[in-house]
Amino acid sequence: MSGTGKRPSDLRSDGLREAGAGQRPDPLREAAATGGLREAARTGEADSSQLALRMSGIWKSYAAVRANRGASLEVGVGEIHALVGENGAGKSTLMRMLAGLFPPDAGRIAVNGRDVTGWSAASAIRAGVGMVHQHFMLIPTLTIAENVVLGREPMRGLALDMAKALIEVRSVAEQFGFTLNVRERVRDLSVGEAQRVEILKALFRGARMLILDEPTAVLSPPEVQELWRVLRSLRADGGTIILITHKLDEVMDVSDHITVLRHGETVATMLTTNATPAGIARAMVARDVVLVSVPATLPAGAAPPARPPLPAAEGASRRRAERAASLTLLQVQSLTVKGSRREPRVRDLSLTVSPGEILGIAGVEGNGQTELVEAIAGLRPVASGSITLGDHDITALHVHRRAALGLAHIPEDRHRRGLILDYSVADNLILGRQASFAHHPGGTFDRRRVLENARERIARFDIRPVDPALPARALSGGNQQKIVVAREMGGDFSVLLAAQPTRGVDVGAIEFIHAQLRAARDAGKAILLVSAELAEILALADRVAVMYGGRIVGLMSRAEASVDRIGKLMTGALEGAAVPA
Amino acid sequence: MTAVTLRARAEEAFLPPIVALLIALVAGDLLILSVGQSPASVLAMMLQGTWGNAYGLGQVLYKTTTLICTGLCVSVGLRAGLFNIGGEGQLAAGGFAAALTGLALPAATPSVIAVALCVLAAVASGGFAGWVPGVLRARFGAHEVITTIMLNFIILAALNWAISTGLRVPETLHTHDVHAGAVAPLASVIPAFHGSAANLSLVIVLAAAALTGWYLFRTRGGYDLRAVGLQPEAAEYGGVRVGRVWTRALTLSGALAGLGGINFVLGYKHYYEDGFATGYGFLGIAVALVGRNNPWGVVLASLFFATLSQGGLAINAVVPRQMVDVLQGVVIIAVAASVPEVRRVMRFGRRGVRAR
Repeated sequence: MSGTGKRPSDLRSDGLREAGAGQRPDPLREAAATGGLREAARTGEADSSQLALRMSGIWKSYAAVRANRGASLEVGVGEIHALVGENGAGKSTLMRMLAGLFPPDAGRIAVNGRDVTGWSAASAIRAGVGMVHQHFMLIPTLTIAENVVLGREPMRGLALDMAKALIEVRSVAEQFGFTLNVRERVRDLSVGEAQRVEILKALFRGARMLILDEPTAVLSPPEVQELWRVLRSLRADGGTIILITHKLDEVMDVSDHITVLRHGETVATMLTTNATPAGIARAMVARDVVLVSVPATLPAGAAPPARPPLPAAEGASRRRAERAASLTLLQVQSLTVKGSRREPRVRDLSLTVSPGEILGIAGVEGNGQTELVEAIAGLRPVASGSITLGDHDITALHVHRRAALGLAHIPEDRHRRGLILDYSVADNLILGRQASFAHHPGGTFDRRRVLENARERIARFDIRPVDPALPARALSGGNQQKIVVAREMGGDFSVLLAAQPTRGVDVGAIEFIHAQLRAARDAGKAILLVSAELAEILALADRVAVMYGGRIVGLMSRAEASVDRIGKLMTGALEGAAVPA
Repeated sequence: MTAVTLRARAEEAFLPPIVALLIALVAGDLLILSVGQSPASVLAMMLQGTWGNAYGLGQVLYKTTTLICTGLCVSVGLRAGLFNIGGEGQLAAGGFAAALTGLALPAATPSVIAVALCVLAAVASGGFAGWVPGVLRARFGAHEVITTIMLNFIILAALNWAISTGLRVPETLHTHDVHAGAVAPLASVIPAFHGSAANLSLVIVLAAAALTGWYLFRTRGGYDLRAVGLQPEAAEYGGVRVGRVWTRALTLSGALAGLGGINFVLGYKHYYEDGFATGYGFLGIAVALVGRNNPWGVVLASLFFATLSQGGLAINAVVPRQMVDVLQGVVIIAVAASVPEVRRVMRFGRRGVRAR
């Protein structure tokens, strides 16, 4: 293997899977990994029957979104294969097609050498392909055994043969080394145990190929270690495991092979022993520049430039920096926010945003960005800490009081929060300020002013079609987002929360929205920009903070920011700990 | 607005009731055939007994009046994303309060004042009966379907107890006659309606429908209410206090049902009688669905269901009366399957909006 030294997990797994490893053409794999794409090596590999799975040229679109664009994936029998990529890279879509939840638009899927393209979920289960979803599908009031046998209950006549069920479930649990009391009720289990029950359920149905969709998202570190133990013992037993994740330490810890997806395409395949976290991170986040408005992102490893080459931005930038030193408009101090299951989603986080500054928050989605923004906006209770807007402590204020104090908010999900889709464009353009359009509070709307407001915003923000009476639902994604932007940025505000402001909109609208954000910054507004698009952060932000696990793990000026550096921080690698590749 | 969206809106508004009507017609024909009668002659008999003579029409209008109230009650709830099934109890509470107020007032009270006070009492008690599940929902997350059904039992049982233990005229299940606060019969304006139960409550109720429409579509309160019903999370984002809107909507909803109580108590019998509300609460759901939760749609749907109900009596001689009940059921199922609001409300419980 590679000369970098083996990690304990490798030593252990080698011992466990001698038989499996012996059958596999290891030299070829080495060649594949060193040669870049494994595909090249595969062509010379006669023994493709050893592949548990081969997906090739997979295309899949939902409406306007292309989730998979010619993605491919090859997984050998008896390996733990990590499928990595950012949110939206198409990992889950690819795996759902493998599990038979829906067919691909194009491409082929072969399991154990048999073409199964477009099969049903039932046939996938019969063929031993089991998927453990991110969200558990267990019945809390039933016991582990009852949950596991659900749908395949051993019967005695018309009655459930509970004794037999217990024996069967116990034997499967023992076979794979699960430490579970099968008579315990699921509602009394920890999250980690519940997940093991999900895995047990799949195994009970005869799964030989197990797909795990971000299984560690809800686990504590010891639970993660327990999960790895289970997965390794499955592998030792000849099972094949596909692990969807975006956490690099996990990939390095437990996988044998890695496939990286980006924008729905397979961009790299490597042997874990030859991979470095930095290399995987680069493959995950390095983006081709797709947007005209975005200045060139840095090639990995290049020296950071002074500032993105924005013409005539230098003077303004300096002025901004001077103002920034003097005061802050938004201050978040030691903020802790809990999620729906009381787990901390934002942990003791502090940040400040100054007038004339865009603070960009980069990070893989799901690391607390949503909760942070919602807590500042007043949509989520704060467990501890404080939020200050100008001179006002707004920690406990209601949403509309915050708005009155100058807080604007472009929410990350316009279909859920940002718009009322069945309301007209005009009615959507007053959402959040509806009180000021009534003759007296709670009274009749001044229809004339509502319409005037709509006409003015529609013209200024170029919302099309020009028709205030049209329901928001009828507009394109870009124009819907422009309604939100026009409403939030068209009036008076001092601080703007912009969460994923250009998600799912066309290139023209992206440019327009970026221009609006820059103009607001130059007009002295304080902007907190949260984006999953690294390119967007680099194009707009004056300072970049990286969130991971509910904390800011890195804070740097734009000049110090690079794709490489942010990319590593995004995936949880500690600053300074990762050795340059 | 473009022609296309206008057409789409018109289709969404009118298609479900039209489809439901057609289904009712076909199902009705089949039912009539199944009992060996000619659909044409039975339908003709039905029309003659309802819209064909002044008395029949008066009876239809009387039933329409109560149905508008329970229909509006359900509509306002649904607009806020809440399923108020408590219309029946709220209606009974309204009628009872109107009767008590009328009994308490001296007989010499000027009619305008007495009617106003009785109406106020009906609205207030119905509103209170709606406020309770509203608060339970907003504060404790208790699902309004459960609480309103349970409150139906509680209210109806309490009123039954009150009537049967003391307030009644012996040997009956109704109160003494109310002398103050009587609403004049419709016949006092249009003599042809003489003998029918129709009364000027219809005018008050139509005014309430107009007011409800104004509130829902022209005011900020209605804007917030509908926003909560359509997208609670967007409403929350827009600074709407979702819990307060829930409470307000159920209170208003209950008040509208309570108003319906005056039709029977002040306009028709002039006393409260146990069981007068029976059936109206649930029929209100059908009215709201067919009326597409629009106040004027509710008025039209009330006319339709009142016609069906009165028509059932008219054809009683040749066709079993239960047939009309079956027909009503068919219409409700047909509409329920085609109305988007129903699907939205059924989905509602799964959404994670906190009441604050």
